[in-house]
Amino acid sequence: MAGGSENITQSEYIRHHLQNLTFGQHPDGSWGLAHSAEEAQAMGFWAFHVDTMFWAIFLGLIFYLLFRTVAKKANSGVPSRFQAAIEFIVEFVDNSVRESFHGTSKFIAPLALTLFVWIFFMNFMDLIPVDWLPWVAGQAGIHYQKVVPTTDVNATMGMAITVFVLILYFSIKIKGVGGFIAELTGQPFAANSTAGKIAFFLPNLLLETIALLAKPVSLGLRLFGNLYAGELIFILIALIFTAGSGFVAAGLSSVFGEHIPAWFWIVATAAIFATLWLNLKGKLNTKTTLWFLLAEMLLVGGIAFLGGQLMHFGWAVFHLLVITLQAFIFMMLTIVYLSMAHEHH
Amino acid sequence: MNINATLILQSIAMMIFVWFCMKFLWPPLMKAMDERRERIAEGLAASDRAEKELEAAKVTVDQQIREARDKAGEIVEQASQRHSQILDQAKEDAVSERNRQVSAAEADIAQAANQAREELRASVASLAVLGASKILEKEVDANTHRELLDKLIAEI
Repeated sequence: MAGGSENITQSEYIRHHLQNLTFGQHPDGSWGLAHSAEEAQAMGFWAFHVDTMFWAIFLGLIFYLLFRTVAKKANSGVPSRFQAAIEFIVEFVDNSVRESFHGTSKFIAPLALTLFVWIFFMNFMDLIPVDWLPWVAGQAGIHYQKVVPTTDVNATMGMAITVFVLILYFSIKIKGVGGFIAELTGQPFAANSTAGKIAFFLPNLLLETIALLAKPVSLGLRLFGNLYAGELIFILIALIFTAGSGFVAAGLSSVFGEHIPAWFWIVATAAIFATLWLNLKGKLNTKTTLWFLLAEMLLVGGIAFLGGQLMHFGWAVFHLLVITLQAFIFMMLTIVYLSMAHEHH
Repeated sequence: MNINATLILQSIAMMIFVWFCMKFLWPPLMKAMDERRERIAEGLAASDRAEKELEAAKVTVDQQIREARDKAGEIVEQASQRHSQILDQAKEDAVSERNRQVSAAEADIAQAANQAREELRASVASLAVLGASKILEKEVDANTHRELLDKLIAEI
């Protein structure tokens, strides 16, 4: 399933899935896409991941357009269902900000909303079966495609560092440079005498700096770690059941070849939709519909079970929780950190 | 898994999206929601007010109904009093009218009786005179025997 190359080993399959599409300068001086992990490695820092940025911006735009359609028509009358749904999210974020942040800021709430929805969308890409989009990209001649931006440590750390810069900015803006330095050096060991203050200066600075730096690192790596692990498990499930040497799928190979092809799922889905559609149109009575559905579900379910799709499904259900939770945690911690930056200690 | 400039690009993308959100999404949404909240609060307050007013109106109505009922009772009372008054009056009038008519009739009767008596008496006197003269075969001078005749008449 990996981009049309059929005879790959398991480790190649995994590595292929974990390789970003990198654009940068080749050692010979020309700019272009990396054709292998080694080439990407050799490009050094001044290269970027085209897939990560594409999906991140694409999903950011979806977030923007989705909310913009509502914001444009927003009025105090009776809301449409869609408007109510969007307003529910806004209300939820607004409440979270109000609970944790006790200052007034026109900035923090929109920041929190953007982070929450955007990260949720980026995480959600994880639920799209791991081979679909890379396969489409492969057909288009793009050989590397990692579609979940939050499984790229650059993306999560990029956001975390932005939050870190905001922490520094607000700390200095609210407390002044002196106040901020005092906060970094005056605790956790406090002294009243000048000599004591000088003695505690370095240990305090060391501890507080570590505490300060731990914020963006934990923020970025937590999101990355969760999503990367989730992605990896999807890849492993796909690998065990459907890629080349899958031990259960071997039994199916006489029917489907190496793995269950995409057309099977398309046909199965279309058949079920067609059955339901005919029923809604009144062309099929309910009893017949139920028999048809039962037969289709048994067929699809049986093959899905053998193909590991139920395992995919199970992990996806669990992962749905993880992606929402991680988006929420990122948002919440951002609010808390910025709230701390606003408070005097 | 390379650390590269994606870091910076993602950071820039984030700042731009946050700016979009701050500029174009958050204010109109918040405004709409706050306005709706206000309108709902106003609606609730208005309904509370209306309820209170209704309560007050109910009290007024009850009082007015009670007053009206009292008044109606009074009127009925008055009417029945007036009724009996009129009845009494009519009765009285009828009785006095009857008495008047009866006495008038009695007077008439008495008068007629007296008249008849007078006429009878007169005719009896003349008859007596006539009879006496017949008996005596001689003219009885009415004037000479006036005293006698009157006595006779009075006796009749």
